[in-house]
This record gives sequence, C-alpha cells and structure tokens, in this order.
Amino acid sequence: MQFMLLFSRQGKLRLQKWYVPLSDKEKKKITRELVQTVLARKPKMCSFLEWRDMKIVYKRYASLYFCCAIENQDNELITLEIIHRYVELLDKYFGSVCELDIIFNFEKAYFILDEFLLGGEAQETSKKNVLKAIEQADLLQEEAESPRSVLEEIGLT
Amino acid sequence: MSPSVPLQEMIRAIRSARTQCEERGVIQRECAAIRAQFRQADNGGRSHNLAKLLYVHMLGYPAHFGQMECVRMIASPRYSEKRVGYLGAMMLLDEKQDASLLITNSIKNDLSHSNQYVQSLALCTLACMGSAEMCRDLAPEIDRLLRASNSYIKKKAALCAVHIVRKVHDLGELFAPAARSLLAEKNHGVLHGAVVLIIELCERNPETLERFRKTVPDLVQIMKGLVLSGYSPEHDVAGISDPFLQVRILRLLRILGHNNEGASDAMNDLLAQVATNTDSTKTVGNAVLYETVLTVLDIKSESGLRVLAVNILGRFLLNNDRNIRYIAMTSLQKIVGTDHNAVQRHRGTIVDCLKDQDASVKRRALELSLALVSASNIRSMMKELLLFLSSCPAELKAHSTSGIFNAAERYAPSQRWHIDTILHVLTTAGGDVRDETVPNLIQLITNASELHCYTVHKLYRALLTDISTQSLVQVACWCIGEYGDLLLRGECQETEPVQVTEDDVLDALETVLQSHMSSPATRGFALTATMKLSTRITENVDRIRSIVSIYGSCIDVELQQRAVEYNALFKKYDHMRAAVLERMPVIEKNSPGHTNGESMGDAIKDIQPAKMKQGEPLLALQPANQVCDLLDLLGGSEETLQPSPATGPAVPGLLINTASTAGGDLLDLLGGLEPALLAPAPTVPVYENEGVTLTLSCEKQSDTGLTVTLTASNSTDSDISSFTLQAAVPKSVQLHMKAPSGDSLPARGTAKVTQMVVLNNPNKVNLKMRVRISYSSQGSAFQDTVQIDSFPGLNAAGH
Repeated sequence: MQFMLLFSRQGKLRLQKWYVPLSDKEKKKITRELVQTVLARKPKMCSFLEWRDMKIVYKRYASLYFCCAIENQDNELITLEIIHRYVELLDKYFGSVCELDIIFNFEKAYFILDEFLLGGEAQETSKKNVLKAIEQADLLQEEAESPRSVLEEIGLT
Repeated sequence: MSPSVPLQEMIRAIRSARTQCEERGVIQRECAAIRAQFRQADNGGRSHNLAKLLYVHMLGYPAHFGQMECVRMIASPRYSEKRVGYLGAMMLLDEKQDASLLITNSIKNDLSHSNQYVQSLALCTLACMGSAEMCRDLAPEIDRLLRASNSYIKKKAALCAVHIVRKVHDLGELFAPAARSLLAEKNHGVLHGAVVLIIELCERNPETLERFRKTVPDLVQIMKGLVLSGYSPEHDVAGISDPFLQVRILRLLRILGHNNEGASDAMNDLLAQVATNTDSTKTVGNAVLYETVLTVLDIKSESGLRVLAVNILGRFLLNNDRNIRYIAMTSLQKIVGTDHNAVQRHRGTIVDCLKDQDASVKRRALELSLALVSASNIRSMMKELLLFLSSCPAELKAHSTSGIFNAAERYAPSQRWHIDTILHVLTTAGGDVRDETVPNLIQLITNASELHCYTVHKLYRALLTDISTQSLVQVACWCIGEYGDLLLRGECQETEPVQVTEDDVLDALETVLQSHMSSPATRGFALTATMKLSTRITENVDRIRSIVSIYGSCIDVELQQRAVEYNALFKKYDHMRAAVLERMPVIEKNSPGHTNGESMGDAIKDIQPAKMKQGEPLLALQPANQVCDLLDLLGGSEETLQPSPATGPAVPGLLINTASTAGGDLLDLLGGLEPALLAPAPTVPVYENEGVTLTLSCEKQSDTGLTVTLTASNSTDSDISSFTLQAAVPKSVQLHMKAPSGDSLPARGTAKVTQMVVLNNPNKVNLKMRVRISYSSQGSAFQDTVQIDSFPGLNAAGH
C-alpha cells in the first residue's frame, strides 16, 4: 500500500498515513486531487479506479471515505477487506465508532492502524490479537503517565 | 497570551470557529503556545502539546518546528512520550528531512528495549519512514529480531525487513535464511509476514527464487490446512479461514510456479481445491477466488484447471456486484491474447458492460471489446461500438475512435460499410479523431470508385446538417469538389438522390468558407472545392470567379495565395484549367518513408512508362507531375502522388500546396512552355520504319532544362491505333512526358501525333534517349525501339 486517507463528505481530512516518501507539497496536491476525484463519484459506482499510475480502492462508511492507493499487482478485493477490518477494529475499540470519535481521538486511530498495518502491509490477521495489543499498550501508557504525577506531587521530577 | 488547552479542548475550539479567519486565529495562538512550551524544560504536558501540533498539521498548517521536539520525545524514557514522539516522527519527518537521521540511534536502542511495545514502536517507525541509510544501519538488528524474539515482534520484524529490502535491494541476501525458517511458525501473523518477505525477496532476485522453490510443498501444506480445516474463530472472515494469509500464499505460489513445470504440478491439486471449495457469495471469498484465478493463469497449469479459471471469470462477469465485474474484465484483458476463444464465449456479457453507468467498467469493457473484434463478428460488434460512441464519456472518446478505425480497417466486410462506419464516427465524434483520418478517408473514397455518387450524396447531406466537425467538413468539401457533377446529375443508385441546383452546392461551400467555425485548413478545402467545381458545373462559373477573386485579398495568407493562383488559372491559363482541375487518380496507400525513388536505382533509368491512355485520371497527373518534379519528388508518371511529409496535408492539399510553394515555378513553367510551342525548332527525323516516321525537335529552356518534341506520322494506307511512345534517359536525367496529342495515326499522314518530353539534366551528362514505339495496325501489334544520341540544337555533349 502506498497511502491511506480518511476524509469526510465535505472533503476534510481525518487521517492520512503515507508509506512512501513524498514532500509535504506533493502530499497536499495528491490529497486534494484524489479527494476531489473520489467525492465526484456517484454512489453506485465501482470501488476501484485508476488514477495517475496507481490503483485506488475506496469505500464509504457513513460520513467517512476510506481511500487506499495500492500497487498495480495488488489484489483490489482483499484491500476492500483490509479497509473493512480496520473499520471493525475502530468500531470495537470505540464502541460503535462515528466520525467524531476519530476527530477527537485521532492519535488513537493512528495507534490502532499501526497495530494492524506495518509498512503498508497487514501485520496481524486476527482481530482479537490487534485489540489485545492496543489494550496492553494503552495500559502501559497510563502507567507511564500516572506515576509521573505522583512523583511530581512528592516533588521529585 | 491565552493559556494552552488540552488536546480535545483545542479541537473543540478549532471546530467551533465559524470562519476560516477565526480558525486561523485560534491555530496561531495555539501554535505560539506550543512553541513556548517546547522551549521550556520538561513539563507534564509534552505529549499533549505534540499531539496538538499533529492535529494542526493534519488540518494543513505548517508544523516543522515540531520536528526537533519529536526527536527529543522519542529519546524520552516515558512510554507515553515515546508513543506520541514516534507518531510525530512518522507524520512530520520523512527520509528527505535531515532531522530523520537523528532518530536512528533512538530507534536502535529501542529495538533492544525490554518492553515489546517499545520495540514495536521502533519497528513501526522504521518500516514507515526509514531511509536507505537508516535501513543499512539497522538491518543486522532486524535480522537478529527475526530469529530470536516472540511472535509479536517477529511478525513486525518481518515486515520491517520487507521495507528494508525495498529500500536497499542488496540486503535481501541477509534476510533469506531467516525468512526460510519463519515458514515453520504456527502464528498466522508471523507466517503472513514471512510470506510477504519471501515474495519481496523472490521478486528481486532470481537466484533466491530458485532456492525458495523448494518451499512449494510446505506452502501447499499450509494452504490445505487453511482451506480444509474446521472453523477457526480467531481468523475467520465470513466462513473463510484467514483470507489475508490465503491470498498472500497464492501470490507466492504464483511467483514460484511461473515458468516452472515442477512447481506448477505440485500446486495443481491445491488450486483446483481452492477454486471449487471457496464460497463465492461474499467479497472475501471472491478475493481468494480472484487470486487463485490469477495464479492458475500465470503458471504452467493443466488445461482443465485453466478452463476452470476462465469459467470462474465468466461467473464473475455475471455477478451483480460491479466491483466483481470490473475485476473479471481486468483479468480477461490479460488473457485475451492467449486464450482468445475462451474469452470470446463471454463476448455478449462484455458488450453489455459497455452500457454500464460506471466509467471504470466502461473503460474495461471498451478495451476488451476492441480486443475481441474479429472478421466473423465485425458487423455486430461495430453496431455496439458505434452505439457506445454516442454516449461515451469524454476521456474515452479518442481511444474509442482510434480503436474503431483500426477494427474497421482490418475487418471491413465491404467498402461501402467501411465508408459508412467512418462517416458515422465522424458525425458522432469527429472532434476526437486523429489527424490522419481525413487523408485516410479520402484515399478510401477514391478507391471505391463505384461508390462516389453514394458518398458524395451522404457527405452533402451531412454538410447541410452541421458544419462544426472539421474533419467531416473537410472530407465533405473535398468530395463535393471532386464529384460535384454526380451530385448535380440528380440520380444515384445506392441512395436517395438530391435535387440540387448548382447554386445550392455553391451555397453550401460558401457557408463553410465564411463560417467562423471553420478552421483555416477547412476553408482551404472549401476554396479548392469551389474552384474544382468550375469545371464540373456549367452555368455558375462567374459566381466561382467572383468568390475566388474576393479571397484574393483575404487576410489568411494561405487562402490568399490559393485564391490568387486560381484567379490566374481563370485569367491567363484558362485553357489549362480543365486539365488542372480534372478528377484525381486513385491514390495508393504509401507507408511513411516509402519513396518512389526506387526506380532510380536501376542502371539505365528504365522505361518511365507514360501510359498514353486518354483516360481522365492521367491528365490531371501530368501537370501534377510537372510540379512534383520541380520539388524532386521522384515518381514515374503512373506512380502516385507522395504526400509531402513536412506538412502532411490531404492529397488534394498537396496538389495545391506544391502549386503555391512552387507557385512562381508553376507559372514560370507555363510561361516557359508557350515560347516552346510557338517558336519553330529544328526537326530531325530519328526513326523511320514500316511507314511510321518519328521526328524530333528540341528547345533549350534553361541551363539544364530541355523540351523535346516528338512528332509521329503514318504514311501507310491503313490507320494506326493505340500509338504509344515510351522514353528512357540516363540515370541522373529527369524526364517526364506530357500528354500526347492523341494515340491514333490516320493513314496517309493526314494527321500527326505530337508528344512533348521535358528533360532536366542537372549533372550535365551526355544526353541520350531511348524511345520505344508501340502501336497496332491492321489488327496486329508492333513494337520498336530507337536510340537517340544527338539532339538538334545541342552540341555533341548534349549540353
């Protein structure tokens, strides 16, 4: 996978994960053009399109578009499944996820994505394992944060 | 300064901004606060601040001042700070930034951290944005992790290795052994990572591919386990056990089986099993089937298996889901070359997909339809393609028209069909056709001589309806100019004839001439056509004369030049007008680069046959030829007019263009001829036999040019018919023969036949001419040859 974008129906970017090195300017340009292209498509149309020299796979869930750019030899149908799996993970984590969850907890959405995909490829095919790992990492984060405040109270930094 | 707020409050504040300006204000304040916080010593809110900055960055605002903070946070011992720090690194740093190198050391340390979640952060970041240098530095670490760690880390290390190999190809060798041993793991995540890594290694290095071929049995085993095993809740997706892993393994099998009999044999059974057992009601099942089909078609599979695969694709074509249909057509496109007949069976469905709403599906269907056109289905396919063209999306029009033209050219069942098809395309999508279409169509029309009447009628009607499509208008004008007399005759076998007057036709052409929609080239066509009509109509020649003289002062230089020359044709050279404007000969199709100069290769420039037929086509050729020769376009007089490569216009354009570029020459030559005709020249008999006498006189035109007149007479008691003269000259001399005055010699010298030959001797070689005389008399044919070595009026050297 080259990149994944999440954007709303109004074209506002909610998440962007890039797996190829591009300058900020190029990223912005690609994002703008791709968002325009995808938003212009009608509801019943094909989920795949050829854009520039890449294959784009996109799917709309409620008010969010999930859009991936894959290589020419990749399987489009399995990419649809990957998108679906990511949505399921978000759903399980946030409990019936909606766009606002992703807006206000965008860093968590990234953490979940990073437990599911690595370097653009799926790293864990079991939903349970991904969620377990996130849980553990979150616990670790809380532990890391709370002792600090305790120490600060005592006066030790 | 307003106090900074925690992340969520900031997001709320930004979202509640009602205008873009307000939002910018909030963000500016926040960024200032964040910058101040970064400068301060370590406080509790560092991760919150960076997170805020990352949010601001996602909105599109600059955030480069956070880069160093990321570096610092990654080095922090606290997990919460590391987590956000690494996230920031992945978002703000990429390999092009200098700061990215600074985190290499931190990553190195974190790769050996005691806590696996910290290791995981480092691996994730390296795999996402690691530069080639970083990869080289850290590759040994990754290799170590591949061998000795828990499965959580192993699976991540495998994908990290994939990234490293993509960045630094040579390091593939380093990971090959570890990858091999990973295949024995049970953990799906590790297996999946291992397979991805092996795919990457095999794609880059053929030797590695050879080595990994031995793993085919193991892979087949693993697949079998996935396909046949019972329900496994952890990896199940709609009844398919771990489809992600299945798809990967199928892809690896494809690479290993490609072009290798042994490997392909080993996987035949498995592929058949997967193809038949996989449930295809949901997308996920179809994803696995799709990968299976791709694999079957790419390896050396049994024919039975291949048929199975194509049938699966056929089923896909009928699926309600548009995505599946699209996938099917993409795959069929790949095999339409090799398994043509199998794909032909599904032609009906494919053609139906042309009517789909979706542009991607349409594009695929178009490509496939064009590939499936053959001699047997050309008529029905063309009907569908033309129907498609009328509702075609704009981005596909150019491709469709060129595809249709190619198909029509290869498989046209009749000339009339071919012409009809091209006309149909021009009327529907004339704006999107290539430039060669106009000359190609004209060439086609001249070749179909029986259809001239039909064609000109159709084009005339098209012209009356719409003059906006330039290509169509150009062809129409050309045809009306050439065959206008057929139009006026008012009778036609193939189609309903029109009842038009000369004025109507001239009106049509004048509309084109004057319209703003007509391009300069089109107006050129229209003017020439109008001029040509002057010899084909009888009453309104004055009208043409006035049109032509008006355009003599046109601003467009091309039109002006044409008009001035046509004017000259009317005034000074009216006697030549009929000859100049006669019907064009049949144009032969020459491929670019083919020249007619091959004849020059001969030792003796052999007979430049001037077929002295009285047929119309050649009369036009003579003046054309005299012009062509001036430009050194070498051609025998019966050869075709070579389209000028530089301008590439339509052939009729050539006639006029060369006239205009050699405009002065044309008139000069005509001027030069007159004195030759009038002044007496010394005549020398050169041949006398059987009562047929041939005399020769010549006149020097220029330093190198010479006009020779051959006069033949018949002193026998019987008439001679089909009298023809052919001439040959030395290699470097250019020759062309004018039209003879006739081809019959009545008895007892009552009339003579004159033949003019124009010679050009640029190299001033010794001038010789060999003349072949052929005629028939009293029912039998005669032929003779005479060599002329000296020419009267020239010195012995022929100068």
